[in-house]
Amino acid sequence: MRKTALLIAAAAMFGLGSIVSVQAAEGHIVIQRQPWSFAGPFGTFDRAQLQRGYRIYKDVCAACHAMKLVSFRNLAQPGGPGFSEAQAKTVAAGFQITDGPNDKGEMFERPGRLSDHFPSPDPNEQAARARFNGAYPPDLSVIAKARGVEAGLPRGLIDIITQYQEGGPDYLYALLTGYGKPPAGETIGDTQHWNRAFPGHRISMPPPLSDGQVEYTDGTPATVDQYARDVAAFLMWAAEPHMEARKRIGFQVMIFLLIFAGLAYYTKKKVWADLH
Amino acid sequence: MSHSDFQPKNPALQWIERRLPIFSMMHGSFISYPVPRNLNYWWTFGGILAFMLVVQIITGIVLVMHYTPTTAEAFDSVEKIMRDVNFGWLLRYIHANGASMFFLAVYIHIFRGLYYGSYKEPREVLWILGVIIFVLMMAAAFMGYVLPWGQMSFWAATVITNLFTAIPGVGKAITQLLWGGYSVDQPTLQRFFALHYLLPFMIAGVVGLHIWALHHVGQGNPAGIDVKSDRDTMPFTPYATVKDNFALICFMVVFAWFVFYIPNYLGHPDNYIPANPLQTPPHIVPEWYFLPFYAILRAIPNKLMGVVALFSAILVLAFLPWLDTSKVRSARFRPLYKQFFWVLVAVCIGLGYLGAKPAEGAYVIIARILTAYYFLHFLVILPVLGYFETPKPLPKSISEPVLGKSGAASGIGARAPEKN
Repeated sequence: MRKTALLIAAAAMFGLGSIVSVQAAEGHIVIQRQPWSFAGPFGTFDRAQLQRGYRIYKDVCAACHAMKLVSFRNLAQPGGPGFSEAQAKTVAAGFQITDGPNDKGEMFERPGRLSDHFPSPDPNEQAARARFNGAYPPDLSVIAKARGVEAGLPRGLIDIITQYQEGGPDYLYALLTGYGKPPAGETIGDTQHWNRAFPGHRISMPPPLSDGQVEYTDGTPATVDQYARDVAAFLMWAAEPHMEARKRIGFQVMIFLLIFAGLAYYTKKKVWADLH
Repeated sequence: MSHSDFQPKNPALQWIERRLPIFSMMHGSFISYPVPRNLNYWWTFGGILAFMLVVQIITGIVLVMHYTPTTAEAFDSVEKIMRDVNFGWLLRYIHANGASMFFLAVYIHIFRGLYYGSYKEPREVLWILGVIIFVLMMAAAFMGYVLPWGQMSFWAATVITNLFTAIPGVGKAITQLLWGGYSVDQPTLQRFFALHYLLPFMIAGVVGLHIWALHHVGQGNPAGIDVKSDRDTMPFTPYATVKDNFALICFMVVFAWFVFYIPNYLGHPDNYIPANPLQTPPHIVPEWYFLPFYAILRAIPNKLMGVVALFSAILVLAFLPWLDTSKVRSARFRPLYKQFFWVLVAVCIGLGYLGAKPAEGAYVIIARILTAYYFLHFLVILPVLGYFETPKPLPKSISEPVLGKSGAASGIGARAPEKN
């Protein structure tokens, strides 16, 4: 009886799903899923990739985008790009930080320290909008978690089992490699650019990457595709700097809980044995 | 309330016991308390819910030590917890996913009650206390979701508080009282923070009453028949304790899966965008556990009636003991009700799916049909079914199907097993 009811329910759900999916098909943007070293239960960041991604961020993104929640010291923390403390100090010293007021009551500039956050390219949102025809380049600190890909059903449910959490970097990669000419019949404004992945397709950010723009010293191909992967991975780390620790501890917790559950099950069986 | 003539052996404890009988009360409630021997694993969710409440309160108190309830700093202070507080990411992910697990457990607990008729005489008050806990949980979860002050926080707060403007006459005044001004802003965030801290303790209080009522009338059971003798029961400890323990650990595996591997799966990416009153997100979606009710709200074209339907959908549960006219408790012995129960489950899941979709075209039409069915189930089907349904014969006692007629002699009864 329960089985028939479940069958009815399942049939109703699929019927519902198919009516609804026809509707959703219009205007749908497909974001391809990419392979990431940090995906899955044992995923870790590729240090070299994070370092390359940091270079893209610093040489390209940072001209317009802030990343104010990330500190220089984070670069040397475990589970990150793997800079040594000395290297992170050098990176920090390359930035001028406004500090103060000093004992004369004045603000002053000084080289960055490990404890400083990445300085923002514009003093405030209004200044940024004035610089970019009214558009505001968003802060990149948590951008990899602030963007996502809607999976729909049933894939969205399968993602629970496969632990898909990489919608953010997938979207960022698709966006950075998604520039092109608008299709026939579509018009765009003077300060807009056509992008396959961007919702509405009209994006104010000009194509930020071009082949050979940033020189890689480790022999990695200097292509837009590679740049986009590297900076998306870097931004995922910036958004979730404790991800490696999380997955490592998660595995330990799982092992503990499964053994505990086994013991609890046999305890229960033993205790209940004298009931029947 | 006491099921125990327990006396502590230690003289100091005896001294206290004579003045405050707390030890015999604890013994009566959690050791010798008689539990029907036929309970299945659906009955373990009460204990799981108690555990979740404690988890939420403990992680919440620690999070408050690092959180700043101002519109300028709330978002960044949450990120500071994620980045700089020792194991702050763990605390926050436990708390955020804990809310979802709490609702997952409470929905299983509620549907368990619906299936086995747990709301029927003499458990009406126990059931209504449960509905009150559910409403308090929803309020607490909603206000908690506002605190990180992301885009979804802000716009969920705007949409939900605006519902109250639909109330004729006093609607505007109530909404401004909730806001502490003329829009969702600093005073709103600050009072939601205060209330979010208060509500869990109110929940804990009502949970106390819920458990008190439970221990007074005794637990229901899958057969839905009353306990008739000691043979039908077993002592809470060790039998129910070890079983609850195993179920809780299994539940924690699911919980840990979300916390450690897919901590943002149940959240919305937009809530990692700081709140911006000038920019409405394309789709404002509540957390998954509110989706069925959100679908009901949007299914009704009239704002006031939509709000009435939303609140009625919750409040109708409180009247369930009188809406269900059948004398038989368990769906096991109600062949028709059992089918309607599973249809209701499918309808609720369908409403949840529609709540996540934009309110347009076919979605709205299906949402209206499912909403109508939801109310039809409680207001028409349940009252009528009691008169037309022929229940299957009930077993004579709880122990009969388990032990058989001869097995009754094994005589565990409501006494703890003796130690060897």
